Amino acid sequence: MISVQNVHKSFGDLEVLKGVSLDVKKGEVVSVIGGSGSGKSTLLYCINAIEPINKGKILVDDVDVHAKETNKDKLRQKLGMVFQQWNSFPHMTVLENAALAPRIVKKMSKEEAIEIAKKELEHVGLGDKFDVYPTKMSGGQQQRLAIARALAMKPDYMLLDEVTSALDPELVGEVLDTLRLLAEEGMTMICVTHEMGFARDVSDRVAYFHEGVIAEIGEARQVITDPQNPLTQKFLSKVR
Amino acid sequence: MNSLFTPLSWSDSGLILTGVWNTIIISVVAIVVGTLLGLIVGFLRAESNKAVNILFGSVLDVLRSVPLIIQLILFSTFVGAMGNPLAPFVAGSIVLSLYTMAFMSEVFRSGFESVSPSMQTAARSLGMTKWQTIYHVRLPIGLRAVFPSWLGVSLSVIKDSALVSVIGYMELLRTSEQLISRTQQPLEILIGVGIFYFIISYPLSHYGRYVERKMAI
Ligand SMILES: Nc1ncnc2c1ncn2[C@@H]1O[C@H](COP(=O)(O)OP(=O)(O)OP(=O)(O)O)[C@@H](O)[C@H]1O
Ligand SMILES: [Mg+2]
Repeated sequence: MISVQNVHKSFGDLEVLKGVSLDVKKGEVVSVIGGSGSGKSTLLYCINAIEPINKGKILVDDVDVHAKETNKDKLRQKLGMVFQQWNSFPHMTVLENAALAPRIVKKMSKEEAIEIAKKELEHVGLGDKFDVYPTKMSGGQQQRLAIARALAMKPDYMLLDEVTSALDPELVGEVLDTLRLLAEEGMTMICVTHEMGFARDVSDRVAYFHEGVIAEIGEARQVITDPQNPLTQKFLSKVR
Repeated sequence: MNSLFTPLSWSDSGLILTGVWNTIIISVVAIVVGTLLGLIVGFLRAESNKAVNILFGSVLDVLRSVPLIIQLILFSTFVGAMGNPLAPFVAGSIVLSLYTMAFMSEVFRSGFESVSPSMQTAARSLGMTKWQTIYHVRLPIGLRAVFPSWLGVSLSVIKDSALVSVIGYMELLRTSEQLISRTQQPLEILIGVGIFYFIISYPLSHYGRYVERKMAI
């Protein structure tokens, strides 16, 4: 379980998270929606200990993420993360991209790492691209590679930050399909997204972020189709 | 020709080969040492804050902007005056290596800086440590990006090594000067020397273009 408890986070004088609390249970899919600059990405970065927090607490399986004694590199192995920019490693083939972290972080043998990488690449539909260099692939394929690369570490949670926002419209579908598949398989996910249809259909709950706080959170279909908070109503009427 | 001068003959080839060899050896030393130091300094510069960088930068600026020939003469005069003169090869290697380092550090700095922070964050998010990220991601991507510049600096070091002749190192140019004063055949000898520099440099730049093409993935 991921438990975010009254988290405050500032960049200099700018307070970006102003007391965010959110529990995500095993197997749950939570979508995070909200306007630009409301702190959605920052929340994911704090969960993954990429950014420190100023106040509050984040627990991942009861481990305090930001405690001094926590091994953050080790913790991140549990938390797969995919970004808006796919950041494929351009000097490696698709297979090497996916096998790198299992090999050097988990210290697997080369054969083991490659086997896992192949499996996850097939999982996301890149079974025919092992020896291709990622820069030769479309954005959608590279984003699926980024997902497979994260999955190859066998994470317990996936944090997804607007993974379709940088894609050409015709490539969005293939990536969303991959995420849908993961959700069906029971992966626990927090998805920051602008895809309201995806949030409604795939996630269990939706959280609406407004200026650093969760202004509304509830069952996915209810929040998207029948929001209670006027701020959520205003936001949703604009993005539709 | 009168008896004072003896024309070029096959017996001079040993001298010429010594010159060629010495040019190669001092170039290799300067390129290897300059590359290693340049990597370290370039990395530190990419990582450091402004204050450290200004300090580093001004030292490097001096090395880059004072003509090599002056650095060579100043350095060897200075160590000579200190009481233990260095062999021309040693003094030349030190100066040429530092001079190379000054250029290489800028090359590598821009390489390291070309790897976006988000690429590094992506690597860290997979559980890689800081050093694993540097070694497996930042270094290889950065080095590929600057390979053409690295090659350019290396080629100019080979040519610049001719200047080490001013402190008495018997590299290709100095051996040829000796031959010229003995034989009075400057044209033949200088053309020959030019060809040698070409023979040393051309395969490198050719190989460089090949590597560049291969890496353009
Ligand atoms: N590293 C940083 N340094 C300083 N300010 C930052 C940094 N990262 C984010 N911010 C600021 O924090 C605020 C929230 O950023 P964040 O990226 O979390 O928003 P977001 O909800 O993800 O927005 P978007 O939908 O545009 O991605 C913004 O005002 C942003 O400028
Ligand atoms: Mg964002």
